[in-house]
Amino acid sequence: MNATVKPGKLIKGQTGDWEVVIGMEIHAQVTSKSKLFSGASTEFGGEPNSHVSLVDAAMPGMLPVINEECVRQAVRTGLGLNAQINLRSVFDRKNYFYADSPQGYQISQYKSPIVGEGEVVVELDGGKTATVGIERLHLEQDAGKLLHDQSPTMSYVDLNRCGVALMEIVSKPDIRDAEQAKAYVTKLRSILRYLGTCDGDMEKGSLRADVNVSVRKPGGPLGTRCEIKNMNSINFIGQAIEYEARRQIEIIEDGGTIDQETRLFDPNKGETRSMRSKEEAHDYRYFPDPDLLPLEFTQGYVDELKADLPELPDQKKARFIESLGLSPYDAGVLVAERESAVFYETVLAGLADKARDGKLAANWVINELFGRLNKEGRDITGSPVSAAQLAAIVGLIGDGTISGKIAKDLFEIVWTEGGDPRELVEARGMKQVTDLGAIEKVVDDIIAANPDKVAQAKAKPQLAGWFVGQVMKQSGGKANPQAVNDLLKAKLGI
Amino acid sequence: MTDLTSMTIAEAKAGLAKKSFTSLELTDAHLAAIEAARVLNAFILETPDQARDMARAVDAKIAKGEGGPLAGIPLGIKDLFATKDVRTTACSKILGNFVPPYESTVTSQLWRDGAVMLGKLNNDEFAMGSSNETSCFGPVVNPWRREGSNTTLVPGGSSGGSASAVAALLCMGATATDTGGSIRQPAAFTATVGVKPTYGRCSRWGIVAFASSLDQAGPIARTTRDAAILMRSMAGHDPKDTTSVDRAVPDYEAAIGKSVKGMKIGIPKEYRLDGMPAEIEKLWSEGAAWLKAAGAELVDVSLPHTKYALPAYYIVAPAEASSNLARYDGVRYGLRVPGRSIGELYENTRAEGFGDEVRRRVMIGTYVLSAGYYDAYYLRAQKVRTLIKKDFEDCFAKGISAILTPATPSAAFGVGEKGGADPVEMYLNDIFTVTVNMAGLPGIAVPAGTDAQGLPLGLQLIGRPFDEETLFSLGEVVEQAAGRFTPQRWW
Repeated sequence: MNATVKPGKLIKGQTGDWEVVIGMEIHAQVTSKSKLFSGASTEFGGEPNSHVSLVDAAMPGMLPVINEECVRQAVRTGLGLNAQINLRSVFDRKNYFYADSPQGYQISQYKSPIVGEGEVVVELDGGKTATVGIERLHLEQDAGKLLHDQSPTMSYVDLNRCGVALMEIVSKPDIRDAEQAKAYVTKLRSILRYLGTCDGDMEKGSLRADVNVSVRKPGGPLGTRCEIKNMNSINFIGQAIEYEARRQIEIIEDGGTIDQETRLFDPNKGETRSMRSKEEAHDYRYFPDPDLLPLEFTQGYVDELKADLPELPDQKKARFIESLGLSPYDAGVLVAERESAVFYETVLAGLADKARDGKLAANWVINELFGRLNKEGRDITGSPVSAAQLAAIVGLIGDGTISGKIAKDLFEIVWTEGGDPRELVEARGMKQVTDLGAIEKVVDDIIAANPDKVAQAKAKPQLAGWFVGQVMKQSGGKANPQAVNDLLKAKLGI
Repeated sequence: MTDLTSMTIAEAKAGLAKKSFTSLELTDAHLAAIEAARVLNAFILETPDQARDMARAVDAKIAKGEGGPLAGIPLGIKDLFATKDVRTTACSKILGNFVPPYESTVTSQLWRDGAVMLGKLNNDEFAMGSSNETSCFGPVVNPWRREGSNTTLVPGGSSGGSASAVAALLCMGATATDTGGSIRQPAAFTATVGVKPTYGRCSRWGIVAFASSLDQAGPIARTTRDAAILMRSMAGHDPKDTTSVDRAVPDYEAAIGKSVKGMKIGIPKEYRLDGMPAEIEKLWSEGAAWLKAAGAELVDVSLPHTKYALPAYYIVAPAEASSNLARYDGVRYGLRVPGRSIGELYENTRAEGFGDEVRRRVMIGTYVLSAGYYDAYYLRAQKVRTLIKKDFEDCFAKGISAILTPATPSAAFGVGEKGGADPVEMYLNDIFTVTVNMAGLPGIAVPAGTDAQGLPLGLQLIGRPFDEETLFSLGEVVEQAAGRFTPQRWW
């Protein structure tokens, strides 16, 4: 097994600890204008059967023609997964009868996929990482949708989705607990979104996961696995794994054995239930699709796509740590979502002094902005405070024009009222007072009015904080805290 | 009227150009001939209105000097080709009254070049058969009869309607398809010329698929020259068919009459079967002698894997067919026999919609692709296929221009005579033709003589990939030497 696999959280059973072994098959809908083998639109949400070509409906004599854009996207994804790109791959037919599959077979890739082995580094709690191996990525057709609720006696078929390109990304069984599984899907989704090869919208079904779960005694031989099909929420994946692992442990500890089967997760009950057993599994009768030639391209084509890849989350994170001095945690938070990273980089672009304020900007994006967005249930693309406005606020702190405390007030004003932060600071007199004469007068007045406190502070210098508070209060928070400190130390002789 | 239907395409083209007659007159003559020959069951759908409309339109064009290479020539179309707004069934009940909203690439090229459609021609159901007896419209009758006999003979298959109609002067030429011999065998049974082009030469788009890696469209005509004229319009690259090849289409007619002097003609010893009728043996020798007389050199060659071709074909073709025919499920078009569940609907529809031979092949195909059997059958058959292809490549690498073989192991047989108890008896009809499909090569069947009972026999010439021109040159030599054969009209 892979040396980089991180041990996961063990589950306590009656007979001791159990280890969970998880592998995943992710189906990611390829971002492309038209389908994998037809010119029909891939747009989501059209009237039923409005995006269906003669090929999608499997009319007699129709033939598939590969969409080069889908090939390009699959290769780019493979590169993003640090994977082997196969210059020759083959499309096979996976034969089965179902009304959502008009051809009576799905065109997929069986023995020779377009992408081979690769790996993904996933972020775990506490800044730790684990590496999950990728077994393969192949291209295949999505199925149509059956609508069972339109008539009491019949089912309807909507073929709009039928033939849309999917990338099936198969992991190695390198995942060891629910947290790692969730982190894996999160990271994979992030990479796909950075690449622009899949929109990652799990609610619309653009990203679905089949999760293979088995349990074993730590270090022992692999157990029999069950496959939980069609998961479309990262949280449900976590819940399903927890439930399924415990179910299997209970069965084994009660002297039973696990049947290899396909199961479904019921999110309402939080349980998995059997869908079909191994005996009921289809014999798909795979064979190379004689309507299509093997898919071949040159290393030069791959190299060109590689040169054009955008910066991916791992590279971006490393750059943030290296060049801006961000902590691995902060850098990780910023790059996790492509939109957050874009926002942060726009803030950076608006800073006069990136070296000085880059880290401060990260703190503001993560703590103030994300905090506030979360509180209001909004996402970064709908932020009332723009990257330029936030850059201005951070710049004002950085160059000493306002204090951090005033900056929070300013942020609030910008959030609710909008406006140019620099003008707001000017217009509302929020500038920090750095006029030493003015601060000195306030300090002198407070020292004169509080002789007892002066005595105490001289005995216990940490009590000088009380004077700082008084000065800041009287200056309406605008006094430069550093200047106040320096003056107090001098006047109190501490 | 008889004169108008007995012309060759080349003669009709000349007549139309000289304005000796119009396309409408030519078309009407053929429509009348079709009506008078319904006993042959060659046409399963006559489209007289459409034919006359097309003829009038093309006459107008000819008047303006705009006619294409096939301007005004009336043709029959095998029912495997999708024809826009005209019922297309592949002669299977399962397609019912399916009317495609699209036109196959090959037929659209024929119309582009000015041809006129007379109607749709009978064929074996989904092109599975060698006698045209598996059609849901019933068997096609061969216009040829044994001397002094009224026995109804098959025209061969699967393009039996095409061959019968061309031989009986119902159309000047016809489209056909060939997966294992379906053009060449019926051509041989009816004294017509049939060409199976190189795989990839004609687009398969819009042709009901039987076995995708073997299917190829081609013409059936009364002369080699006519076949060459039709081929030029039918061939060509089509971006809608990935397996079609982007290669210029030559003027095939220019190859007619070209010297064959110095060409090396391979005579493969493996085609000399045990128990082969003496008259077939004689025909073959005669054909070789004619080519030699025309200046070609005869070379004994060996195609050692020939004997494995038929068994391997009957694994590969049904395997692909079992998958290609999965789309006929009663859900979107064609026949639907309801059931209480989707599974029952499939079972009822397919049991009712497919005939025995189609069901047999779907089952064979499903079996050979099944888990545990794939390696032993399908994979091994593909390996055999590679070896068969290599046999031919080795042969051509030695400078062989074409290979001469008999087209069929016998002349036409009686309706109901073969395959009743043992389907393999029927499959053996394709023994000389399947190798060509397995190797993706071009082949032509040319009438070369008759058997003792006066039935036509054909010779086959197999060429290098995309060298149909050599086949036309050689075919013309055979045709000139053997003469033309026309059935006595009895219908």
